[in-house]
Amino acid sequence: MTYTRRDALAVGASGIALLASTRVAFAVTGEEAIAEFTGGAAAGEGGITIKAPEIAENGNVVPVEVDAPGAAEIMLVAPANPSARLASIKFGPKSGAQRISTRIRLAKTQDVTAIARMADGSFIMTSQPVKVTVGGCGG
Amino acid sequence: MADAKPRVKVPKTATAGEPITIKTLISHVMESGLRKDKKTGELIPQQIINRFTCDFNGENVVDMTLSGGVSANPYVEFDAMIDAAGEFKFTWYDDDGSVYEASKSIELA
Repeated sequence: MTYTRRDALAVGASGIALLASTRVAFAVTGEEAIAEFTGGAAAGEGGITIKAPEIAENGNVVPVEVDAPGAAEIMLVAPANPSARLASIKFGPKSGAQRISTRIRLAKTQDVTAIARMADGSFIMTSQPVKVTVGGCGG
Repeated sequence: MADAKPRVKVPKTATAGEPITIKTLISHVMESGLRKDKKTGELIPQQIINRFTCDFNGENVVDMTLSGGVSANPYVEFDAMIDAAGEFKFTWYDDDGSVYEASKSIELA
């Protein structure tokens, strides 16, 4: 496929527009992400566990597992990432256990945080420090 | 990302009332939008799977929102509990509007 000058200009313009919009979306700190999730409510402790490696050699692929029995939704936050909000998962009626295991990117050494919204609307939170040898967020 | 290939591991049978573990993986770059093109120095636009859902016989198991902070080839492991034979349906939503689907049927033991 060959690109004409006009195509190149159009692609460039849309790219800039996209950048402008994503920049705003990315400026989310850990505190903001947590506040947005909890709506400002205080989060308790206990009843939620994170399993993550103490040292992650490759920040691009860090396996984490969060277990929060009785949770309706779990959110994962990496406070020192350019975009702190990692993922959130809602459990439906056919869910077997309130547990999620996935792989995340970490920009640098930080406390990976998980917050759970319980079925009764309260929140619980925990965090675990992960040392990152090589960061995984580009740049 | 037409080459996104979903892979799903579901046990063939389940016991009613006991949780089963489901493992899912989809090949996808999960371009975070923060990486720079080494040649031009410009940021590569974000392209990720932004949502993943799993349903069983039309009832939701999990509904997950993903960000650029999830590793490439997003892997998700979770538990389901069923009381009848049926079909699991998995759906991944791409930023570019593509939707990738997979399904697995399961019997009761």
